[in-house]
This record gives sequence, C-alpha cells and structure tokens, in this order.
Amino acid sequence: MRAPGESFPAAAHHELANPQLRANLANATTTIRTKRARVVEELPDWQALRDAGSAIKADVMANLDTYLLEFEAALTAAGATVHWARDGAEACAVVAQVARAHGAQEVVKVKSLATDEIELNRSLAQEGIHALETDFAELILQLDGDWSSHILVPAIHRNRTEIRDLFRRTIAPGIESDEPAVLAEAARLHLRERFLEAKVGVSGANFGVARTGTLCVVESEGNGRMCTTLPPVLVTIIGIEKLVPTLADLEVFLQLLPRSATGERMNPYTSLWTGVSDGDGPQELHVVLLDNGRTRVLADEIGRQALHCIRCSACLNVCPVYSRTGGHAYGSVYPGPIGAILTPQLIGIENAPSLPFASSLCGACYEVCPVKIDIPRVLLHLRARAVDTVGGRGERSAMRAAAWVFARGSRLRAAQRLGRIAQRLLLSGGVIRRLPPPLSAWTRTRDLRPLAPRGFVEERGERE
Amino acid sequence: MSEARDQILARVRGAIAQTPRPAAAPRAYRRADPRGQAELIEQFCERVGDYRAEVQRVRADRVADAIRTAAQRHRAQRLAVAPGLPQRWTAGCGLQLVPDDGLAVRELDTLDGVISGASVAIAETGTIVLSGAPHEGRRLLSLVPDLHICVVEHQQVVGLLPQALERLHGAVSDERRPLTFISGPSATSDIELQRVEGVHGPRRLVVIVTQEPS
Ligand code: SF4
Repeated sequence: MRAPGESFPAAAHHELANPQLRANLANATTTIRTKRARVVEELPDWQALRDAGSAIKADVMANLDTYLLEFEAALTAAGATVHWARDGAEACAVVAQVARAHGAQEVVKVKSLATDEIELNRSLAQEGIHALETDFAELILQLDGDWSSHILVPAIHRNRTEIRDLFRRTIAPGIESDEPAVLAEAARLHLRERFLEAKVGVSGANFGVARTGTLCVVESEGNGRMCTTLPPVLVTIIGIEKLVPTLADLEVFLQLLPRSATGERMNPYTSLWTGVSDGDGPQELHVVLLDNGRTRVLADEIGRQALHCIRCSACLNVCPVYSRTGGHAYGSVYPGPIGAILTPQLIGIENAPSLPFASSLCGACYEVCPVKIDIPRVLLHLRARAVDTVGGRGERSAMRAAAWVFARGSRLRAAQRLGRIAQRLLLSGGVIRRLPPPLSAWTRTRDLRPLAPRGFVEERGERE
Repeated sequence: MSEARDQILARVRGAIAQTPRPAAAPRAYRRADPRGQAELIEQFCERVGDYRAEVQRVRADRVADAIRTAAQRHRAQRLAVAPGLPQRWTAGCGLQLVPDDGLAVRELDTLDGVISGASVAIAETGTIVLSGAPHEGRRLLSLVPDLHICVVEHQQVVGLLPQALERLHGAVSDERRPLTFISGPSATSDIELQRVEGVHGPRRLVVIVTQEPS
C-alpha cells in the first residue's frame, strides 16, 4: 500500500513486489475487458450512445448552476431536505447530525466513492458513530483495515483463503470452507441483522435527475437496495457533477454504465427514487450536494471533462500501467487513468504532481471511455500545469514516474508506444503552449532510445 | 448552510461564465424497435436465462400452476404477495399466501418468498422493471425474501431500455413512484471474480411470462 506522502513511482515499486496483487489484477482486468468488449460489440449504436453521453455531460457542466437549482427545487417538492457542502467536513457533519438526531450509533452504508473521498467513516468514528460498509468487498476491507485497489472490485487483491481466515477471526468464527458462495453466505447472515436494526442509511448516487429530483443507484448485490429502503432515514451524498437534465437522459447512461463496468448487459439492480414515497422506504430523506474541489475542476476548461466520469472503471482495466501496479499505487480514492486526471484537480495539482505522469499515454482509456473523456489530452494539459506550478519538483517526480513506466523489459509494451506519444506531442505542440519538460527527461532513460522512432531521437539529440 | 449554497453556486457560475452553450445532444441511438412482440418475448426469455434466473412461458390462464411448481421446486411454502396481485394468478395454487398489508420487515424475513407482478420488461437486456404499483408492492417486498417469483405479461415486454423508461415516465415525474430495475438474481463477483448468486437480494429469481392470447 502507498504510504502517506509516497509518490506514485515509489508506491508502484512497492506494489509490484506483491505477487498476489499482480496475479489477481492481471486476471481481473483481462476478464472484465473481454466481457466488456463482447457486450459492447453487441450494440449497433454504441458510438451513438457515447456521443449522446458525452454531449449530455457537456451540457450539464455548461449549465450546472441552473440544473443544481432545478434539482434542489424538485427534491424539496418531493419531501427531501437538501444540504450544500463546500467540502468533505461539511458533508460529514450533515451525516453525523442526522445520525445523532435519530440516536443512531451505527449507520449502514453502500459503497460510494464520494464518501470515501470525504473520509466519511473516519469522520463519523470521531463522533462515536460507526459506519458499516455493506458491500461485500468493502466489508472485507473494513474488517481488515485495508483499502480499495479497484473501483469496481475493491478487494480484488485478496484471495479466498485470506478472506476465509479473516472471516474466521471476525464475523464467522469456525467457518471452514473458502468457497466464495459460503463466504458470501457468511456476509449475508452477518449483515442481515444489521440491516433490520438500522435507523439510518447512507448512500452515494450514480445519477441525479435535475428535472424530477430523482436519485439513482446502480449495483449488483442488493445492499444498495437494503440501505436505501430499509432504514427509516436515508442520507444520500451526491457530487454536484452527477446530475443529468431529465429522466430520459438516463436511457443513455443506464446503457453505457453496466456494459462498460462489469461487462454485463445490465447490472442486477438499479434503483430510482424520487423524494419520499408514502409507506415505501425511508420517510426522511436528506440529500447532500457535494463540491469538495469540483468547482475548481469545473473552472479548468480542458480539465473539466474529468467531471463527466460515470465511474465505470473501464479505463482502469485497459490501462497498461494500472494493470501492473494496481490501485494502491495511485494513493488516491480514484485510481487508474481517471484518478490520474481527477485527483490532482480535486485536491490541487501541487498536492499530487506525479499522478498526471502515471500513464504511458497509449490512448486505450479514451477509446473505451463511455462518455469519451479525452484522458490523454487532459494528462498532457495537467503535466504542463504540474511543471508550471511546482517547477523543479514536478519535473523530478515526472521523471521518476516516466522512468518507472519505461525502465524495464516487462514494461516493453508500454514503452513501444512512445513513438506514437512523441509524435502526438510534437504535432500538438501548437495546442499545448510548449512541450512539457518531462518529455526531454524520457529520452534520457536508456531503454527508450532503440524503441523510439528515428525522427524522435534525432529531434531530441539535437536539443540535448 | 445557505452560505455554503451561495458560495457553491457562485463558484459554479464563475467557472462556467466563459463557456458557450453547447449544442443539443445528438440522439442517433435506437429509441424504437421494429420487432414484433413474439420476437421480443423470445429474446427477453433468453436473456433473463443468461443471468441464471429461471424463466417460464405459460398461457395466461396457467400462471397459478406455474407459480405452484416454481414454489415447490424451491421448497417455498409461505409466500408474501403484493397487495394488488390479480387473484387469478394464485387461485388454487395451494400455497400459503401472506398478503402484504404492511408486514413488519422481520415477518417478511421469515417468509420463503414473494410473488409480484411487474410494470415493464426489456428484451434486449433481460430486465424487469417494478414501479411500486399495487400488483408489485413496496420495494422491500421483492428484496427481503430469498425467492422472487415475478409475473410478466406479454404486452409489458418492450425491446429497448429507452422504451421502458418512456413508459414509466409518468409514474416517476407525476406520481414520484420508485423504480427498481432487476436483471437476474442478486450477485457478487468480489472474490477472485467468481460469480456468486445472491448476497442480499433474493438469491433465486423466477420469471413467468404469459403468452400472447392466440
Ligand atoms: S474516465 Fe471514462 S472510462 Fe474511466 S471510469 Fe470514468 S467514465 Fe469510465
């Protein structure tokens, strides 16, 4: 795991030493990639859906103030209470306050990256409130004080025997078998009672519909349905960028997301709820609109497209860097290519200057992204910004990341792409005000010379 | 808190001040399906099956028989039923039926299964959509018991997801009813990517599709 303050290259080295992680990750990313490709090919209008998804998100960003107000009004009319949170602390305070008002010492929680981002669990713990993770993988990580390595299958770095031993020590003493079905049953039994007891549920949301105030959670296990319907009180935390204008727009994203994420035609459960329904589900609904750096991202015209992300994790699964290092190396809640462009913008590039360099710019992420986020372009843009912002320090961390990506024979595939990258960089020189200095650093990495196209080497040679 | 609201809105406005209004989103994807009902039902059944749910096509007057045999197969005796479930679907099925007239969750948890109808079904994805109508019941009902038997009527099957949402538009925007899209039984692939049916939702899903009257 990445120690606090450790940069991407240092953490990546660390993670590479973990063979279990590497084997599981390689297996996971390959399997999901294959499944995804199969169900995407099946749709004759996949590209049209991507175009629509991308355009809808661009519209949301361009009119975000209008949509936020519309969303707030619709939610209020539907009986919900709307809270606005400038940062994580404000969002956490709302949850704590609601839990306290209902005398709840425990809240049941469905996996949500937004709540991970604001470290809700830790913050609640300080208030004496336990946040119980109910997603199977999150439960495993929580029981072991570990953290996620993949957006979608967060415990993919653990194997069944480890999990059986963990359960034996914690929730299921005496459990013998390490069959996944038996382990899932143990989790089901453990959590069922807690669901029935829970007074307050906490969720994120995949989408919020501005026109109607409808919230949407996409999931597989049913713990999301449990958390959003069983407890009498529900708090939903949603990033301000997660809005879509109308209900009809969901027809695009509910097709794009499951196929890109788990490679299924549709995920087992998708829940939509609009405020409070009489006699069905929570009778008190709080919705927290979370900024926490999002308006900062929005202010960057090129970087803003990172906010279009629907968290499908397709870009992780195709990324040659991610599939070797895993999520921990990124040291952020959002790993992989999306993490490399989103995290530095959310927390300030000066706080994560090496992340935009944790990529080989091969372009695979852009090709699979269901909402067509041009990740390579944003990476280049952020590299330039990193260098401008932190100067020498940025360059050094950039060099280390670049050197790490390209240093060894095992990373040959990534390195072979350098020719294309170089061309793209040189060609797009007019767009990016100047070539980011790390580029010159790359040529100093010995292994690269023979692989790079001749023109590139000559050009560099002249400069050095 | 209104201070936070004002500040977030001001930041948003500042961030997008220079952004030109983008063109309307292109919608070149499919929103209509030319196929006939028989073909849609065929595909729906096949795709529900792909999720390892059980699917059965029966004559509209044979639903009760199908429910009985499905319940027997899963050794389910006591089943909750949605309050507005058509009586003809269960008449003479010989099962112990518990209508949901506000059952406590703990009571529901002791039952062997639940029988509900649906609002719409999507052929291309093998999805059933419930919208909290009386023949479907509240959301808990199709969630807490371990077996869900769901009756889909032939005219409820549409080809594509956009068509399903269109049909449900009024239920959400006018009546604010919750929607639940169900595609197969609850599942997890969290351990070594091996798919396991059922963590929290029903582990077994039986879909009974009525045939077009001939
Ligand atoms: S950036 Fe695109 S591909 Fe990556 S997680 Fe987000 S939506 Fe998916």
